[in-house]
Amino acid sequence: MIHLERIEKVYRTDRIETVALADVNLSVGEGEFISIMGPSGCGKSTLLNLMGLLDVPTKGSVQINGTPIASHRDRDLAAIRNKEIGFVFQTFHLVSDLSVVDNVQIPLLYRRMSNGERRRLAEAALDRVGLSARIHHFPSQLSGGQQQRVAIARAIVGRPRILLADEPTGNLDSQMGDEVMGILKGLNGEDKTTIVMVTHDQQKADQTARIVRLFDGRQVN
Amino acid sequence: MLTHYFSLAVKVLLRRKFFTFISLFGISFTLLVLTVVTALFDHTFGPDATEPLQDRSLYVERAVMYGPHSTWTGSSGFRLLDQNARNLPGVERLSLYEEGRTVHSYLDGRKISSTLKRTDDEFWNILHFTFLEGGPYGASDVANGRLVAVINARTRERFFDGRPAVGQTIEADGQRFHVIGVVENVSEVRMTPFAEIWVPYTTAKTDAYKREVMGGWHAVALARDSAAMDAIHEEFNSRLRRFELPDPKHYEAIVAPFETKFEVFARMMDVGDRKNPDSHVWRLVGLLAGLGLLFVLIPTVNLVNINISRIMERASEIGVRKAFGAPARTLVGQFLLENVLLTLVGALGGFILSVLTLRMLERSGLFEYARFTLNARIFGYGVALAILFGLISGVYPAWRMSRLNPVDALKGGTSR
Repeated sequence: MIHLERIEKVYRTDRIETVALADVNLSVGEGEFISIMGPSGCGKSTLLNLMGLLDVPTKGSVQINGTPIASHRDRDLAAIRNKEIGFVFQTFHLVSDLSVVDNVQIPLLYRRMSNGERRRLAEAALDRVGLSARIHHFPSQLSGGQQQRVAIARAIVGRPRILLADEPTGNLDSQMGDEVMGILKGLNGEDKTTIVMVTHDQQKADQTARIVRLFDGRQVN
Repeated sequence: MLTHYFSLAVKVLLRRKFFTFISLFGISFTLLVLTVVTALFDHTFGPDATEPLQDRSLYVERAVMYGPHSTWTGSSGFRLLDQNARNLPGVERLSLYEEGRTVHSYLDGRKISSTLKRTDDEFWNILHFTFLEGGPYGASDVANGRLVAVINARTRERFFDGRPAVGQTIEADGQRFHVIGVVENVSEVRMTPFAEIWVPYTTAKTDAYKREVMGGWHAVALARDSAAMDAIHEEFNSRLRRFELPDPKHYEAIVAPFETKFEVFARMMDVGDRKNPDSHVWRLVGLLAGLGLLFVLIPTVNLVNINISRIMERASEIGVRKAFGAPARTLVGQFLLENVLLTLVGALGGFILSVLTLRMLERSGLFEYARFTLNARIFGYGVALAILFGLISGVYPAWRMSRLNPVDALKGGTSR
């Protein structure tokens, strides 16, 4: 599903060159649920951003479903993200001025469909995460766990085959974190959604099929 | 989808009420000034009920007689116009008239000041007045120097308490005139038709004016068509070059061109060389365009800065939208829509203020008999200006925003 080969990511300014990732090789099969772990600053989020086509590697290749993305223009990458990839962020990144259902509809705004169809899919996604009763609420009216569930609903509303979650439980207490993990495992088990999750939490990582460990930008396993 | 962006735009504007107010105030004030100035220009230079044929009318308003050491600037004299402006090829009608002067009347112990204008009969054929009573004086009235007068509605009010005035007598400038017509008030800014009392020029107390080359007289020529106007201008200038000037020891040339109203205004503004009979209008247009641009540039730059701050505040939202596949042009369109909405709201405020300001100007008496209106054309200019303003002030911030890397945007907008 996702294939990264000899990935290198270097950030350069006038004075400093920072190697965020070096010689990373990783494949994620369809329907897998894997974790990426490592100390702060080891390149976990950078790796996730490359998988999600939010950034491009300095060297190496990224393939999504067998298609290398090196020659793709920005708008092509945007189209792939819209169709194939959903994102869940540690700090949720909900739009505070939009209601829950309007937040969830965001990925669908960039597809050709009627307003009614968008609404229907958004409500279905919210039902999936157990928030049907909150569709007209605003993010500020929700708990952290509820906000993250809205974010998950937004990530899955377009039925992407890949879900990338960057520390999805990082800002939640253990109970809410468990709820979120439950939803992710449900998506993986029932819908066969491929999930890559960055986490610091060993307990959460142990619930996934495979753990990839990074240290100073390099794979250690 | 538009509903989504529209409702989001409204919420964004309401989020930071103070900054929204600052933006709206800047836009409203800028548009207020531009709209009022446009209305004043339109009222002064645009087509009007009394001057419907301006597109083929030429005017002699200013004259300069000069020599190596002397310069006399003012209006033409009657002799200059009488001997050179008649029978110009391409002229359908010509009127000579004296500058309006303030004259005094005394009625029942009251002193009444009025603007009196002495004209020929063609004045009434070139300009179109709305007569409330009676009619204008004609060729035989002028030829015979009959003491007849046309007055405006305000003068009828002041002298006759609004009662019918035709057949009555009015005393002005030490002479008694028989009122033969009453017209609607004409705005003071319409320099050519404006007066409060009009009388035949041949009723002047002396005929000294007939010998003057400089002093207090104007002409308006109605061209057969607009194509003839250049030829009229050239031929008249040519005649003036051959004209024998009084006092050739001090004066060697005279310049008093036939020009359109706007060219006359440019000449009066002294933007070019007074001794050059050619049009100064492009200098004036350049100057006004420059001032206008500067005036609009300041709030535009202000709005650009405010918009850039707004964008950076919304970096997270932009990052999320990009992450979920928003094409750059869709985001730019969203942002421009928000900006145009803001400027349209500001434009609405500007128009309301403009209507109130123009009404205030009308009532202030600064411009006698002025009727400033926001007509459909001015309204259209204003809406176009507002949209242009919104687009210009939104394009650069929208372009900056579209170039934000999603990763950086999610981190808060600081670029690597």
